[in-house]
Amino acid sequence: MRILIKGGHLIDPANKKNGQFDLLISKGKIEAVEPEGKIKDISGAEIIDAKGAIVAPGFCDMHVHFREPGHEYKETIETGSHSAAAGGFTTVAVMPNTSPVNDNRSVTDFILSQAKETSDINILPIGAITKGLNGETLSDMGELKEAGCIGYSDDGRPVSNSEIMRRALEYSKMFDLPCIQHSEVLELTQGGSMNEGIVSTELGLKGMPTEAEDIMVHRDICLLPKTGGRLHVAHISSGGSVDLVRQAKAKGLAVTCEVAPHHFTLTHDACRGYDTNAKMSPPLRTQSDLEMIKEGMRDGTIDIIATDHAPHDRVDKQVEFSKACFGIVGLETALPLTLKMVDEKVISLEKAIDMLTFQPSQLFKLDKGTLGVGKAADITLFDEKMEYTIDPSQFKSRSKNSPYKDWKVRGKVLRTLVNGKTVFKCN
Amino acid sequence: MSTTILNEKDIARAINRISHEILERNQGAENIALIGIRTRGVTLSSRLQAKINAIENIEVATGALDITLYRDDIGAGLQKPELKKTEITFGLEGKHVILCDDVLFTGRTIRAAIDALIDFGRPASVQLAVLIDRGHRELPIRPDYVGKNIPTPKSKRVQVLLKEVDEEDKVIIQEQVK
Amino acid sequence: MTQTTTLSQRNIITMESLTANDIDTILDTADSFKEVSTRAIKKVPILRGRTIINLFFEPSTRTRTSFEIAGKRLSADVINISGAASSTVKGESLIDTVRNLEAMSPDILVVRHNCSGAPALITQFISKPVINAGDGTHEHPSQSLLDLLTIREHKGDLKGLKVTIVGDIAHSRVARSNIHAMKTMGMTVKVVAPPPLLPIGIEQLGVDVCHDLEKGIKDADVIMILRIQLERQNQGLLSSLREYSNYFCLTEKHLSNVSDDTLIIHPGPVNRGVEISLDVMEGPRSLILNQVTNGVAIRMALFYLLLGESDANSN
Repeated sequence: MRILIKGGHLIDPANKKNGQFDLLISKGKIEAVEPEGKIKDISGAEIIDAKGAIVAPGFCDMHVHFREPGHEYKETIETGSHSAAAGGFTTVAVMPNTSPVNDNRSVTDFILSQAKETSDINILPIGAITKGLNGETLSDMGELKEAGCIGYSDDGRPVSNSEIMRRALEYSKMFDLPCIQHSEVLELTQGGSMNEGIVSTELGLKGMPTEAEDIMVHRDICLLPKTGGRLHVAHISSGGSVDLVRQAKAKGLAVTCEVAPHHFTLTHDACRGYDTNAKMSPPLRTQSDLEMIKEGMRDGTIDIIATDHAPHDRVDKQVEFSKACFGIVGLETALPLTLKMVDEKVISLEKAIDMLTFQPSQLFKLDKGTLGVGKAADITLFDEKMEYTIDPSQFKSRSKNSPYKDWKVRGKVLRTLVNGKTVFKCN
Repeated sequence: MSTTILNEKDIARAINRISHEILERNQGAENIALIGIRTRGVTLSSRLQAKINAIENIEVATGALDITLYRDDIGAGLQKPELKKTEITFGLEGKHVILCDDVLFTGRTIRAAIDALIDFGRPASVQLAVLIDRGHRELPIRPDYVGKNIPTPKSKRVQVLLKEVDEEDKVIIQEQVK
Repeated sequence: MTQTTTLSQRNIITMESLTANDIDTILDTADSFKEVSTRAIKKVPILRGRTIINLFFEPSTRTRTSFEIAGKRLSADVINISGAASSTVKGESLIDTVRNLEAMSPDILVVRHNCSGAPALITQFISKPVINAGDGTHEHPSQSLLDLLTIREHKGDLKGLKVTIVGDIAHSRVARSNIHAMKTMGMTVKVVAPPPLLPIGIEQLGVDVCHDLEKGIKDADVIMILRIQLERQNQGLLSSLREYSNYFCLTEKHLSNVSDDTLIIHPGPVNRGVEISLDVMEGPRSLILNQVTNGVAIRMALFYLLLGESDANSN
């Protein structure tokens, strides 16, 4: 079966292509990419008319929570994969804070077998840094890699103990996989449910100061030179942390970081009215943090965009603010929110696609995020101009927790293909 | 559109007459008290007090009653009658209390006023003085002293204006304001 | 014709959301209600047949009793439900609890909760008016209103008055409500506390910040002393109550430079000798018991304004 994607504006940062190209898929792989009208042999090919659309590599999200096993009422690998496909994502990395925790081969095997049976997209597991996310005992990192894990993280919790983090960075080096840190000094955030600032003061909510993030980012950077490990800072939210990463990169240290769309589009003001959909960890910060985040995106300090997709059922969100779970459904709003950065001239469209495709693949050493000939035909078609209103009730995700309800945005995914197969089509 | 039915002089005459009737009926001013119903009933009670003082040289006790808390037309909604102070600083035991109000209509206000009065003590009797009685009673209540009977259709509105509150003395009939 | 008044809000959740006009209306109404509590028969029938539910998820004696007496003096049926007795200890969510209560047709809900924002959450799920009787460290509007009533009674006009609030501002819902309300009423507010007991960014609410009690109260027309919660020393916010008292306990010594007309109020309950000395508490400037009396009138006014009659059209 061959498919020709014809007449689209193809943007492939990996191969530095940006223009009118046709793309031919054969047996799930990319057979040819040629300037529009130049592909001659199209016999028997299904034609996808991509006129007016952007043709990009399938998006890669290196930070999602699919809740399976353990909290299937919030999301499963199957519903999560539908949500991903609807958001244009063809590859996602699932965090290990499931129940049981993905800290050993049997859980990794389970996730991969569920993925094979129920997922439309590529699911890549991330293994725990410490057993049971207890912060005390290193997990069997080698076994986890062999089972298919592509990185290590205790996400949802930090690795608080400096000694353990140092050993994790040292040991993971042997497997050439990054340690992804949820940077938060718990002593400073205990009991907190939003950013510490004027809004938390007015709402009478315990705050989580940016220092809690900055101190741990700094500590982990300090651990890099001797350990030689790779540190990836998850969901950077504080302006101070962006500065720390920028300085560390200038020194040539092996640190990278990601930002979630809510941290470049919302501030702590969204928590007013006690909207639990605006409750996340790390919390929404101030306007000044947001500006520094944008600067980090502009100058390349921030490497990739990752959604921190954290679905929660109503029972976990329709409660007192301080009792509500942290997080939002991220996959289905990532594209339009990222395009806002293009509108605001923070990044170019090509750079936006790069941060969603090739950069994450590079960082995690994946053979993804490219439209190179011979590669898997994971492709996302989107209309960058289409305007609409976000309606969480229409999300494919099992959960609907989103602070973006009724936002007027532009940029809609038209079609998502994984291995040449259409897994999502906009109607 | 409004028609004046009593002017300043008419009102003065009515108060004069009612004062005499009160004194006659209660055989003097020794044991009476005047309690006005907020807002214009209080003004009337003050005028009656002054008139009685002029005739008998006795300062009759007066009080003010806000009947808002005893009304029966309860509804929801944020618009509420403005609550004013009730001021009854003397005991009612053994007193002949004359309730004063400007217009007697359905009788519901007077019912509320009697209920309120009873909470302050046990008067020897309660009498009712009104400047205007326009009929249409919904309760078995009748006035003891009336300035003027003015039978009017229910749809009309009778309004008493008194200098102390309204800058002029007159009673007018208006079409009901929608 | 009966004059009418209208509040801009159908729930009383925050002082922040009340206008100066709303606050005046509530204080005027409460002022009229004070007389009812001085009668031999302290009861008027206005809320006969109405049901008030006091839903208290946090222990409280004074505030709950005050709301209860206020409701009963208006002839309403008042039901008290405490957090420990409610189904929430059996795992029922707040929303389910209040929905179940609403199914029993109360006319108003008075809610105290240890989580900031809980009363606001409740208003999204039920149609009946809600009064916030204190939520976490957020707001405590009826306390602020009774403070304002007490101050107004003694000073005549609120506008232009200088108020100094002393104590644990960070954890005080009374302070937050009063800061908002006093700014709305054109008053000047100063807060005095050790830095760990001041929340981040408090000056952005338009208050002056001071760490010295004597300087802080010098020109004050009103000094409001807040209760120090004993558990704060375990949280590292205070070294010891003794040390706190050394610097922040209001004593006669501090008042020697303060005008005789300066009023002292305290939302209670008082830790005698910790934040205020016994002689000051019982001294001539102290209005602590007036506040309690005014609390009943304020709560009667709130019930009346949110629940009372509406159709003002009878002679």
